Amino acid sequence: MFSGASNMAEGVDRAFVFIFSVAAVFIVGISIFMIYTLIHFARKKGKPARQFEGSIKLEILWTVVPLILVMMMFHYGWSGFKNMRKVPADAMNVTAIGRMWQWEFDYGNGMKSKELVLPVNKAVRVNLKSVDVNHSLFIPAFRVKEDVIPGYENYLWFIPTQVGDFEILCTEYCGLLHSSMLSKAVIKEQADYDNWFKTFKASAVKNEPDGYLLMRNTGCFACHSIDGTKLVGPSFKGLFGSQRDVLRGDKKITITADESYIKNSILNPDADVVAGFNKGLMKSYKDILKDADIKTITDYLKTLNQAK
Amino acid sequence: MSNSDSGTYVSYLDYEGKHKGLMGWLLTTDHKRIGLMYLYCVIVFFFVAAIIGELMRIELIAPGETIMKPQTYNGMFTIHGIIMIFVIVIPALPAIFGNFFLPILIGAKDVAFPKLNLFSFYLYLIGAIFGVLSQFIGGGAPDTGWTFYVPYSAESSTNVIYALVAAFILGFSSILTGLNFIVTIHRMRAPGMGWFRMPLFPWSLYATAWIQVLATPIVGITLLMVIAERVLKIGFFDPALGGDPVLYQHLFWIYSHPAVYIMILPAMGIVTEIFPTFSQKPVFGYTAILFSSLAIAFIGYFVWGHHMFTAGISYGSRWFFSFLTFLVAIPSAVKVFNWVSTMYGGSIDLKPPLLFAIFFIFLFMIGGFTGLTLGSVATDIQVHDTAFVVAHFHYIIFGGMGFATFAGIHYWFPKMFGRMYNNTLAYTSSIVLFIGFNMLYFPQFILGIQGMPRRYFDYLPQFQTGQVISTIGGFILFAGLLIMVGNLMWHARRGVQAPANPWNGVTLEWQIPSPPPHENFDEIPEITHAPYLFGTGSDNKTI
Repeated sequence: MFSGASNMAEGVDRAFVFIFSVAAVFIVGISIFMIYTLIHFARKKGKPARQFEGSIKLEILWTVVPLILVMMMFHYGWSGFKNMRKVPADAMNVTAIGRMWQWEFDYGNGMKSKELVLPVNKAVRVNLKSVDVNHSLFIPAFRVKEDVIPGYENYLWFIPTQVGDFEILCTEYCGLLHSSMLSKAVIKEQADYDNWFKTFKASAVKNEPDGYLLMRNTGCFACHSIDGTKLVGPSFKGLFGSQRDVLRGDKKITITADESYIKNSILNPDADVVAGFNKGLMKSYKDILKDADIKTITDYLKTLNQAK
Repeated sequence: MSNSDSGTYVSYLDYEGKHKGLMGWLLTTDHKRIGLMYLYCVIVFFFVAAIIGELMRIELIAPGETIMKPQTYNGMFTIHGIIMIFVIVIPALPAIFGNFFLPILIGAKDVAFPKLNLFSFYLYLIGAIFGVLSQFIGGGAPDTGWTFYVPYSAESSTNVIYALVAAFILGFSSILTGLNFIVTIHRMRAPGMGWFRMPLFPWSLYATAWIQVLATPIVGITLLMVIAERVLKIGFFDPALGGDPVLYQHLFWIYSHPAVYIMILPAMGIVTEIFPTFSQKPVFGYTAILFSSLAIAFIGYFVWGHHMFTAGISYGSRWFFSFLTFLVAIPSAVKVFNWVSTMYGGSIDLKPPLLFAIFFIFLFMIGGFTGLTLGSVATDIQVHDTAFVVAHFHYIIFGGMGFATFAGIHYWFPKMFGRMYNNTLAYTSSIVLFIGFNMLYFPQFILGIQGMPRRYFDYLPQFQTGQVISTIGGFILFAGLLIMVGNLMWHARRGVQAPANPWNGVTLEWQIPSPPPHENFDEIPEITHAPYLFGTGSDNKTI
């Protein structure tokens, strides 16, 4: 019926099959009975309605039978679930970081990947961490989903049982680009995984500039690219020192993107909105970025210009 | 009791009291006129929200941007939810049919507090206007979803506060209506109408009214707390301010789950009136239906946690809420069996109201069983916050509450307007609505199981087939709505004159002229028997 790719799939799918089977029997059965009743007891002259008002026996029957059935459903639902909170002691640990609007997977020691790469047939505990609003990590093929709530330490775990790529989606509404908050779980054979991890480790240690790291951790790149791609906000490529057409209130003016422009755009994003983009989408970073941080960012933006 | 339709009386539509013309409506304290004013508002707002729903369906016909930007889409599903939930499905049935028929069904001249009733209406109108205003002023349409989950709702730069205020005011309107109905039912039943001689629609309103009075204040204070969070930066819910986002979810669902029963209980009450009339036989299991309403209202308070199975709540509370959710299914099942048995052995006349009521049972069963999938923890993990949930609650709210409303309006239309609608058009609209509805929402069950999340502006290409079928269904459904509303509106003034009792019903509303006179009864009736007593074959048994 479904194609599950983790150890959780069997329990979940069994509960689905049981509930849907009972549902089908009742929905079809009651519908057929209604149609029969409508035809057989259609109004005819000389065939008056039979006047009866109830039956204690029937009431007991159709209270007890559904009660037994729903208790069985509860049982299947619970037994499919209870394993989901019992992480084996030898599970490897990865931390999923949710931010508007991208996933990042932290393998420890600052090694972060955009995709959740894992070895097949090995238990993994995914710790869930949000840096802004509520998100929810959902991997449909694995039948796992838990919310990623700021200030909470939630987790999920599973054993992937198939090699391949599986969709990761965000299922707790998190604002503008909620539907683009996607990633992949890439499941590899142990040897392939070990190879990947070696390369990953080497590249992750590469020193990124402070400004880049700060902006990545703040989430700037979800809306602003550094390679000229147009996202929700304007790209940072070639920004510093350029002439910008902006809307100040309803007036269109041209200003130079200097230090004070950049600072103002971080603290009061709606004051000067670059032509062609919408206001109200970016929040102020007043309480989040200190003056020193803004200087670090500005210095980094300058380097983007030189690289050009 | 007057059963005159000779035209010697003045109907509530023509009655002239202290105020005349338009003022005779705007300042009326007549429960029937207030009921009609609610009806007209609900129709207007329903079309606003339905058109927004259609626009979202068009956007989703293909992946990526089709006709709107993501911010617009997010604003649209938010306002669609706010209008549909707070302005339509929560208030509609008590406010329209409750107002119009509760006093008549219990043999009273009006509700207990007629002026308070009018005040509720104006609160409702102000709240609804705030909701619409939130779309057009200041920082842009709210984009939080109707659930206002913190921290996003504390941070979004859009008009969240207007939407919160709207929901708050609408909540007050709902509380006052509930209070009014409780007092009316306790104090104003006609002489001889003991509790167990009261028809079942008033019983369902009674169960509903208690939820309105007891649960709504919780969401009221919660919404005020979010406003305080945004304006004063207090830190109830936003972790950036030291608050707890899961606490918000608890408080929100403590009201908003029972609110589902505010929607569905009166709907169940309506079809419970329809089955006996068109079968010409008493309700099967009067007592069972009555106590199942009370049981749903009671157990319904304790199942809110099933909205939070993935929110990291404790192992024990997941067990507890799952278990109780399964228990609340039982009284709903009992009702279905009793409705079907009410028809069995009857003399069934399949008029449009009955056809709608039968569609209601079918759609409600699908909604109910898929609800069990959401109550079972393992399966909820897979389908929580996906299109499956969207399909499920549309089957309950639209397929259930909506189709029961359509059944109710076709049942009571002759009484309310004193005219008949066109039967052929009514049958056509019911069938078109039924087909469109299933095409629109059934594919979303499958999409959800496959992993299509809800509130998604864009989606993965493998989901497109289901989305296209769903969008086509949306258009068919909308056509059905237009046929139905057109038929009713056209015939409200121009239809053939309706007799006092077109369906041969036995409850009190059918014993007075159509449309009813100003204060319903010339003299208050004496009740001497159970409410659903047809023919002479029965032994006049009171339960």
